[in-house]
Amino acid sequence: MQTFFQTLFTGLSDGAVYGSLALALVLIYKATEVINFAQGEMAMFTTYIAWALMDHGAAWKWWAFFATLAIAFLGGAAIQQTLIRPLERASVLTAVMATIALLVILNGLAGWIWSPQLQFFPSPFPTSSWDVGGVHIAKQDVGTFGIVMACVLVLWLFFRFTKLGLAMRAGALNPAAARLMGVRTSWLLALGWGFAAALGAVSGMMVAPTIFLTPNMMQAVLIYAFAAAVLGGLESPVGAVAGGLALGVLLNMLGQYVHPVTTELRLPVALAILLVVLLIKPAGLFGRVVVRRV
Amino acid sequence: MRRLTLPVAFAVLVAVVVVAPFAVSNYRTYQLALVGLFLVALLGLDVLTGFTGQISLGHGAFMGIGAYTTTILVVDHHWRDLWTIPLAGVVAGIVGLAFGIPATRFAGPYLALATFAIPLSFIGVLKRFPHFTGGNVGKNLPQTQAEFGWHTSPSIWLYTISWVCALVMLPLAFWIVRGRFGRAMRAVRDSEIASTANGVSTAATKTAAFGISAFYCGVAGALYALAINYVNPDTFPIDLSILLIVGIVVGGAGSLYGMVFGALFVEFIRISWGPAILDLFSKVHHVNTHAPGSGLVVYGVVLLVVLYVAPAGVAGLVRSATRLPSFLRRKDDASLSDPGLV
Repeated sequence: MQTFFQTLFTGLSDGAVYGSLALALVLIYKATEVINFAQGEMAMFTTYIAWALMDHGAAWKWWAFFATLAIAFLGGAAIQQTLIRPLERASVLTAVMATIALLVILNGLAGWIWSPQLQFFPSPFPTSSWDVGGVHIAKQDVGTFGIVMACVLVLWLFFRFTKLGLAMRAGALNPAAARLMGVRTSWLLALGWGFAAALGAVSGMMVAPTIFLTPNMMQAVLIYAFAAAVLGGLESPVGAVAGGLALGVLLNMLGQYVHPVTTELRLPVALAILLVVLLIKPAGLFGRVVVRRV
Repeated sequence: MRRLTLPVAFAVLVAVVVVAPFAVSNYRTYQLALVGLFLVALLGLDVLTGFTGQISLGHGAFMGIGAYTTTILVVDHHWRDLWTIPLAGVVAGIVGLAFGIPATRFAGPYLALATFAIPLSFIGVLKRFPHFTGGNVGKNLPQTQAEFGWHTSPSIWLYTISWVCALVMLPLAFWIVRGRFGRAMRAVRDSEIASTANGVSTAATKTAAFGISAFYCGVAGALYALAINYVNPDTFPIDLSILLIVGIVVGGAGSLYGMVFGALFVEFIRISWGPAILDLFSKVHHVNTHAPGSGLVVYGVVLLVVLYVAPAGVAGLVRSATRLPSFLRRKDDASLSDPGLV
C-alpha cells in the first residue's frame, strides 16, 4: 500500500510536467492550428539558459527562474513574429515544416554551445521527504506539482478574467471576426507563442533535476505531452492537464507493478496508449466530436 | 511533348546510372550506392508526404526495421542477403500498416507528432529485447558478396543492387501516384473534407500510403544495412528521420524526379557539404565548427532557407527554369504547372 501511494505521488508529479507541456501544445494549436514541433526543444533550450544563469547548475536561484520565464516569453514571441508569421499565408504543412526546422536548429545549437553531455540541474526543493503514515512523499514531487499547477492556474485566470485573454480567445475562435472587431490578431499570436514558451520553460526546469539536462531530454517528454493531449481530447486545456496527470500515474503504475514494462518500454507503452485511445475514443476523454461545415 | 518528358528523363537517368561507376572513384561509387538507397526511401516518403500530405518524422525507424530484418535473417538464420531485401520491405510495410490504421485517424499535423514517437520507441524496443536484436551492441553483418557468379568489388555490387532497386521502384511510384489511388491521395492532401464528400475514404487512403512508404523505407533500410555492415540502436536516430524529411523538401515534395536531387542532397550534406559549409563559417567567425550539434544546425538552416526561398524545392526550380518564356506559352500552360506541395 505504501508503494502504491508513493508511485501515485511520483506519477502525479511526472504527470504535472507532461500536462504543462501538453497545455502549451494545445494553446498554440487552438490559436494557430499549427502544432509546434519545437515546443520540447524550446523548453530544453530555455532550461539550458536557466542552467547557465544558475552558474552552470551550481544552485537553484529563484531570480534565474523568473528571468528564464521572461526570456522564454520574449523568445517565443520573437520566433512567432520572425519565423512563423511570414508563413501565415503558406500551407499548414509549410508552417509545420518550419517548426521542425526550428526543432533541429535548437537541438543542434544546444549541443554546440553547451556540449551534449549530461548536466546536473538543481532543484528548488530539498531531496528529503515527508513521512505520512509510513508513506514517503518526496518534497520535490509535491513542489513540482505545486509550481506547475500554479502556472496553469495563473494562465487560466488570465484567459478567463482579463480583456487581453478574452481577445486571445476571440482571435483563436474566429480570427476574421476578431480582426473586424479591432483585435490585433497577429500580436495576440505572438503573445500565445510567448505563453506557450514560458510554460514549456517551466516544464523543462521542473523535469531537468530528475532526468538531467541534455539536448535530447525533452524529446520523450514531448511524446508524453502529446499522448496526454490526445488523452484529453487535443482541444481542451483542462483535458490536457488531466490527461497529463492520468498518463503520469498510469506509466508509473505500469512500471511499478507490471514487470515486463521496464524503463526502455516506457515510451513504447505511451505510444501504445496513444494509439489505443485513438482507436476507441478518437475525440479523447474530454474532447467533443467536431462536426465541420463546408 | 509532355508525354515524352517522363520517359526521356527516365532514360537519361538510367544512362547516367549505368555510366557513372566507370567515371568515378571506388569511394564515390560507394557514396552513389547510398544515394540510390536514399532515393528509395525518399520516394516512399514522398508518396506519403508529397502526394498524401502527411508529414512523418518516423520513417528512419522503418529503415531500421528493414535493416534489422535483413541483419537477423542473414546473421542468425543464414539467409543470402539479396533475398532478404524484398522481405525487409514487406516486414516494414506491415508494421507501417499496423501503425497507420489507428494513427491515420489524426488530421493533418497530429499524425506527424505521433510518428515522432516511432524512432524513440523503436530504440527502446531494440534495447529491451537484446537476445533478438543484439541490444546496445547491435549486430555485425558480413560484407555483401556479388551473386550470379559475378566477380566485382563490393562497392560496384552494392551500387548495382541499390540502383536496380531504385530504378524499379521509381516507375512503381509513378504508377502508384498516377492511377485512381493516386488521385485519391492528392484529393486527401488538398482537402480531406472535399475528398470525403466525394466518396474517398481518407483513413483508408492515408493508411495505404503509410504502408507503401514504410515498404519503400524497409527496402532502403535493408540496403543500408548491407552498405554499412552493422546495425545498432544508434544507427537509426531521430536525426535520420528528420534528414529524410529535409531531403523531401529540398528535392521538392510532390515530385518524384525531385527525389533524385533530394537523395543526392541527403548523402552529400551528411558527408561533404555540411562540413564544408561549416568550414566556410569558421573562417568568418572563430567558433568551433566541429563541435557536436553543428551538423544539425546546418540541416535546420538549409530546411528553413528552402522553405522561404524555394518552397517547391529543386524540382520547382527546375520546373520554372525550363518553362517557356511567357510570350511563347499557350494560355492554358499555367494551369498545368503543379505548384508542388510544401
